[in-house]
Amino acid sequence: MIEASDGQLRPRTVSGSEGPSARAPASGVALASGGVPPSAPPGPSSATLAARSLTKRFGSRVALQGVSFELAPGELVGIIGPNGAGKTTLLSILAGILTPTDGEIAHSDRTIGWVPQQPALYSKLSVAENLRLFARLEKVPDPDETVRRMLTQTGLEDRADEEVGRLSGGNQQRVNIAIGLLCEPPALLLDEPSASLDPRQRERLWEFIDALAGRGTTVVFSTHNVAEVERYADRVLVLVDGELLFTGTPGELEQAVGGAAADLEAAFVHFLHERGH
Amino acid sequence: MRWLLIKDLQILRRSPLLVGLLIVYPIAIALMIGFALSSPPGKPKVAFFNEVPKGKGTITFGSQRVNLADYVKQLYRSIDPIKVSTRDAAVAKVQNGDALAAVIIPSDLPSEIANLVNNGVGNPTIELILNTKDPIDREFVNQAITTRLNEAEQAISKQVLAAATRDLQQVLNGGTVNIAGENVPLLGLRNSRTIVQSAIQTLPTDSPVRTALKQVAAFADLAIEGLGFASPVLGSIGTPLTVDQTELAGKTTPTDSYAAAIAVIVSLMFVAVLLAAGMLAIERSENAYTRLVRGLVSPGKLLSEKVGLAAGCAAGVTLVMAALVTLFVSLDWARLPLWLVTLVVAGLAFGAMGTLIGAVARDVAAASLLAFLLSLPIAFIALVPANSVSSGLKSVLDAIAFVFPFRAALQAVDNAFTGSSPGAGWPLVHLAVLAVAFWALARLALRRFAS
Repeated sequence: MIEASDGQLRPRTVSGSEGPSARAPASGVALASGGVPPSAPPGPSSATLAARSLTKRFGSRVALQGVSFELAPGELVGIIGPNGAGKTTLLSILAGILTPTDGEIAHSDRTIGWVPQQPALYSKLSVAENLRLFARLEKVPDPDETVRRMLTQTGLEDRADEEVGRLSGGNQQRVNIAIGLLCEPPALLLDEPSASLDPRQRERLWEFIDALAGRGTTVVFSTHNVAEVERYADRVLVLVDGELLFTGTPGELEQAVGGAAADLEAAFVHFLHERGH
Repeated sequence: MRWLLIKDLQILRRSPLLVGLLIVYPIAIALMIGFALSSPPGKPKVAFFNEVPKGKGTITFGSQRVNLADYVKQLYRSIDPIKVSTRDAAVAKVQNGDALAAVIIPSDLPSEIANLVNNGVGNPTIELILNTKDPIDREFVNQAITTRLNEAEQAISKQVLAAATRDLQQVLNGGTVNIAGENVPLLGLRNSRTIVQSAIQTLPTDSPVRTALKQVAAFADLAIEGLGFASPVLGSIGTPLTVDQTELAGKTTPTDSYAAAIAVIVSLMFVAVLLAAGMLAIERSENAYTRLVRGLVSPGKLLSEKVGLAAGCAAGVTLVMAALVTLFVSLDWARLPLWLVTLVVAGLAFGAMGTLIGAVARDVAAASLLAFLLSLPIAFIALVPANSVSSGLKSVLDAIAFVFPFRAALQAVDNAFTGSSPGAGWPLVHLAVLAVAFWALARLALRRFAS
């Protein structure tokens, strides 16, 4: 990742073993009419997180190809796409878990928060113990105060001493997200955060995420639930076969298919159909 | 790393079944080994039927008397006899499981032995009936009885030979022999020859009797010479072989101390391997691994923490186990610092091996199963006696034992407990190298399987 002490973005170029000739050109990114074109090359800007021409190959398989975008502070961005589109790969690269074969990522000097799809928690430890452990590993200045703050923020103060394994899936996901927020990141990456939750838990989760974005945290999430994107996302990225085919607001996606679709889900299906998927 | 260690200890504290098993298992093994080593094997129950009537068990060889009752008493030292009054009753005791075997002494045994000794014909036989239901019990009782019978056989042979030797001496040198309660003087060959030679001197040179007596004297010379050789030969038959035992330089390990060292290492291996494999697998099954290595902890540090945790716990548990073993087996407490060092270093090697298993397996159940499946053959291979297999197979087994920590750990701990040869130095170096090698392999496996 790019580190900068002045709050400005600094690009880092990653070249894979394939060499420069294998780099996917930015012009290769197909855009639907009405969509916002890919971001300009990362440089000094107000974006929280920026990616340019990200490419990832696993052997001969191309998981991501020439993906570029920028994310503004407080923006809530949903990534949608069919199975195997590269959503988790993209989030993993943004989180620093995977290294791109090619391309650049830029973010401010603070660590990006990451919340995996399955709760990454110790089920035998209590809520507070999990938070305290990761706060200490994150080397936050005052771990106990941070834990208290996160318990308040997640509404789990009264469950602080309960073993995580005994919590509901929704509460476990809240702790999972809280751990991603321990270091107060400027951006939070969520991989299918509501996948295993019932409607009520999902509603509470989105209230929580919405509030985060309201406080200025950039939130990027992947999902198969297009209705969630329609309801909560400021912007939607459509990823298909590793290529970013669309970036824009949910309304712009509906317009991209001529406004014929009844809702965003129908527009998304129509959009994929038009492009042979 | 400190916070991870505390976290793992918290998880262990909240897994009482796992911790209980890890503590109780080696202690139970220690107690079992201790009791087994401190308790002599029990006597097998054997039905015993003696058909020889009372007072008829004495066998006479010349002037020598052997009482069968003395040998029956010796047999009783090896068995727990159930005396029965018929052969059928003895067989029934074996059939219904009351006895592991039956020994039947036939009524003609004394006469058969006497005939064999006196006339060279006869077939003295003792009947042994074994229950073949359990091969281990069968072997146990068979050994206990046949050992005693062999001793009795040898003792009787010695008595017979001693009687024969004495009789030969009397034939050579003369003496007295008891016939029908009366001591009858026996002239002996040497005295006979002296008398004959004296008689020859008194006869005229042309006396035909003189020639005949000279022939008798010559025969006496030959007989004396031949029988003179026969006595030591007969004596040597009683003890044909003598084992001259020599112990070469180097302190040997008492069997019970060695067994205690094996028990300690088996327990150390299971605790360290299972703990390291399981605790590393937990990181992945709880999905925490990716979160941890995303800048919070390096994979190498995570592995080191697991190895240290496993080694510390395994060394602690097996130290308690060794202390319990000393209630039954004499171990050298003065070498306690070396005990600690060897247990910790062995724990590090086994712990590193456990992390390799945990890195390959995806969840705790798979890691535990894999740990068991690998640990048992590793222990067995290391314990195969050197001369019990062909040289080719021995080389293969040695090579396998060399790349796993069991044999080196056993040598080091055995030395630490008793000061036996070889010393603990090389085994400890070997274990340290194995610990580093397994750690490196686990690091590679994490890179390959955990991303």
